[in-house]
Amino acid sequence: MSVIYLLISISIVVAVAFFIAFLIAVRSGQYDDDYTPSVRMLFDDELKITPKKEIQTTEEKHN
Amino acid sequence: MDTQNCFHCGLDVIKAEEIIFDEKSFCCNGCKTVYEIFSVNDLTCYYDFEKSPGATPLDIKGKYDFLENESIVSKLLDFQEATTAVVSLSIPHIHCSSCIWILENLQRLQEGISTSQVNFPEKKVRITYDPQSVSLSKIVYLLSSIGYEPYISLENYETGKKNVDRSLTYKLGVAFFCFGNIMLLSFPEYFDVNEYWLDTYKPFFRWLIFAMSLPSFLYSASDYYVSAYKSIRSKMLNIDIPIALGIIVMFVRSTVDIVFDYGSGFFDSLTGLIFFMLLGKMFQIKTYSFLSFERDFKSYFPIAITRINSDATEESVPVYDIQKGDRLLIRNQELIPVDGILISEKAAIDYSFVTGEAVPITKNSGDKVFAGGKQIGKVIEMEVLHSVSQSYLTQLWSNDVFQKSVVQRHKSITDTISRYFTPVLLFIAFAAFGYWIFVDTTTAFNVFTAILIVACPCALALTAPFTMGNVLRIVGKQKFYLKNALVIEQLAKVDTIVFDKTGTITTNKKAKISYEGKSLSSENLTSIKTVLRASNHPLSRMLYDFLPEMKSVAITDFEEITGKGIRAKIHGMEVVIGSAAFAGSPDENAVLQTAVHIAINEQYFGKYVFNNQYREGLESLFKSLKGTYQIKVLSGDNEGEKSSLETLLPAGTELIFDQKPEQKLEFIKQLQEQGRNVMMVGDGLNDAGALAQSNVGISISENVNVFSPACDGILEANEFQKLHYFLKLSKKAMTTIRMSFGLSLLYNVVGLSFAITGHLQPLVAAIIMPLSTITIVSFVTIMSNFYAKKLR
Repeated sequence: MSVIYLLISISIVVAVAFFIAFLIAVRSGQYDDDYTPSVRMLFDDELKITPKKEIQTTEEKHN
Repeated sequence: MDTQNCFHCGLDVIKAEEIIFDEKSFCCNGCKTVYEIFSVNDLTCYYDFEKSPGATPLDIKGKYDFLENESIVSKLLDFQEATTAVVSLSIPHIHCSSCIWILENLQRLQEGISTSQVNFPEKKVRITYDPQSVSLSKIVYLLSSIGYEPYISLENYETGKKNVDRSLTYKLGVAFFCFGNIMLLSFPEYFDVNEYWLDTYKPFFRWLIFAMSLPSFLYSASDYYVSAYKSIRSKMLNIDIPIALGIIVMFVRSTVDIVFDYGSGFFDSLTGLIFFMLLGKMFQIKTYSFLSFERDFKSYFPIAITRINSDATEESVPVYDIQKGDRLLIRNQELIPVDGILISEKAAIDYSFVTGEAVPITKNSGDKVFAGGKQIGKVIEMEVLHSVSQSYLTQLWSNDVFQKSVVQRHKSITDTISRYFTPVLLFIAFAAFGYWIFVDTTTAFNVFTAILIVACPCALALTAPFTMGNVLRIVGKQKFYLKNALVIEQLAKVDTIVFDKTGTITTNKKAKISYEGKSLSSENLTSIKTVLRASNHPLSRMLYDFLPEMKSVAITDFEEITGKGIRAKIHGMEVVIGSAAFAGSPDENAVLQTAVHIAINEQYFGKYVFNNQYREGLESLFKSLKGTYQIKVLSGDNEGEKSSLETLLPAGTELIFDQKPEQKLEFIKQLQEQGRNVMMVGDGLNDAGALAQSNVGISISENVNVFSPACDGILEANEFQKLHYFLKLSKKAMTTIRMSFGLSLLYNVVGLSFAITGHLQPLVAAIIMPLSTITIVSFVTIMSNFYAKKLR
């Protein structure tokens, strides 16, 4: 069997794998909103914990 | 630190009212409180992403009490289980990355919320929470308290979970997959490297290509077969017939070719064609998902309202359950959902949703109040006369215009062309077949199929989607949002423009105020302004903003009588501001005016007259429109402003007053029966019928996120003067399409000359088809951009 059959089958399998990945991505709704994720990825995971300054507030007390 | 603008909302800070907190200045207590909530919870990052991103939280006490009602809540939820519930809320204020950040960190502010996810283009947030530890109403109040008040209306109550249609994305994906792989596998055929190689592997490559083309042929192109079949059945020749014919003939001929080993077939062109055409479709359906063009009264009406039971207890009930004879409680800023009779002594009702008129109307006990008004001021009680669907305003929606399904009412330019294109194409194909059959049977079949393949009007079919899709984006950038690309074609055909008056050619934001009467000293003005400051009546607020800035003085005595006016004492001087009768005005025939009368120390001084402020650039817009279009102005108001309108509008403009919603609709219908293509420009719910009936209904909106009735396009109010530009651009778009039709026909002629003479090689087809597509697409894009620039 010629090597060309093997190579082409491999390339088709790879292509099909990517195609399936695409289908899964569409199904999970990744193409519904194409803007928000681009902003979301720039947020830091950790919050900056600002050292608690003495905030002169009266309303805070009853929390 | 910037002391001029509020740290939270960015509005100007009035020096006297400035609140300094944590070394930052705020314009009001509301903004300060939001900052406080964030800083206590370590969420001040909110202010890092965007400068002053917030909104001042409004006082909404009691507004969402209906969310305690389990049956209402369950209608709003997307998903519900014992410990998990999912809700999608629409929040019009979402506008920047800070908004996304804070809304996706809600779980830090409220226990019980597990995740929240923002969909920015749709301005929606999807919140997953545990209903046992936090209720929906608590979440809604939390959102409101940080300035992100959700918009919940009757519409949410009815529409269940919407299924997103992603089939076009799938089809496009499949088409691209097939197209790409077939192109690669076709390379040996194109270059014909050497005979031995091709001979050995030909069957393998060709059958692989055949297999690859199946998904594209059967699935991706399926819309074209369906559409072609439908159009044959309705005996209208649309562009999809030659497309479907071309695709099918191409597939059959290619299959025959490889079965009998005549050649490699046209699978590469076939899949390429399908891919490009789907791409065009995708490009055309650019939608503004945060806007809704199908709104009816349901988007405005509340879900629930407070009912007073016979034993004097209050209860939230869904508005659909309201019966005739029920007693309702309407709070400040709440919308009246049904027609009824006012029981409370006085009410000031703002009908701006309905008519566009911003100044509230005063009603007395026993007066009829109509659905759609908003109560301003104190809590009122009313008795129900009609249920929701029977009310005066909502009955408009039972008109036939709203029952029509959204079937294409007009024939598009592409369809008009294809009415001639298809018969001509078939004639040429059969004529060539008839000629070749006497020469050589095999060639006859080849030529016949080649003609249908090469004439497949892909470039023709791509022209309109790409031009209109591009124009749609151009006008969208200038705040003119169209429902779909076909509206552009309708815009180009318009010959009559009907404007609504109130709220459309006048603004409802600021009124033009003029003073008539005895001159006021600066001392008088100071006291008037001080008194107005304490009043919440909309007219008082407008007049307060109008009067020049000055020092305030102490008020000793203040009394506001709803529906009449204000009486106050300053340094022993008695100031009376209010209605004509209240201030003791001598002239009685001022009914047609909106005015505030002033009396000081029981002496009548004069009145501030509120005239409608016409939109900027109105006069020049009308002047430029006049040459090409017939202009008519419809108004629901009385003739009070007829003379001032006449001076403003070009001579010969028809002015019609006292029009009810149904009459407006009828008026448009009559114009259409005279053969006119009518564009209706309106704003309020009372224009909804006319907007639906007209060929193109454009709604003018001060805030595109919230208020606009069903229409074909939404124009942001401050871009109003650009209307003529948009109309001109739409005409140029049609010119572009016609030019491009000419160009693509030229390609067809070239292709046909190959086909008729029997010389159409797969390679030639594979070159001609993408080439024509690319030139057409770039041609229309460049042309429409050029016109958009040139006309401005």
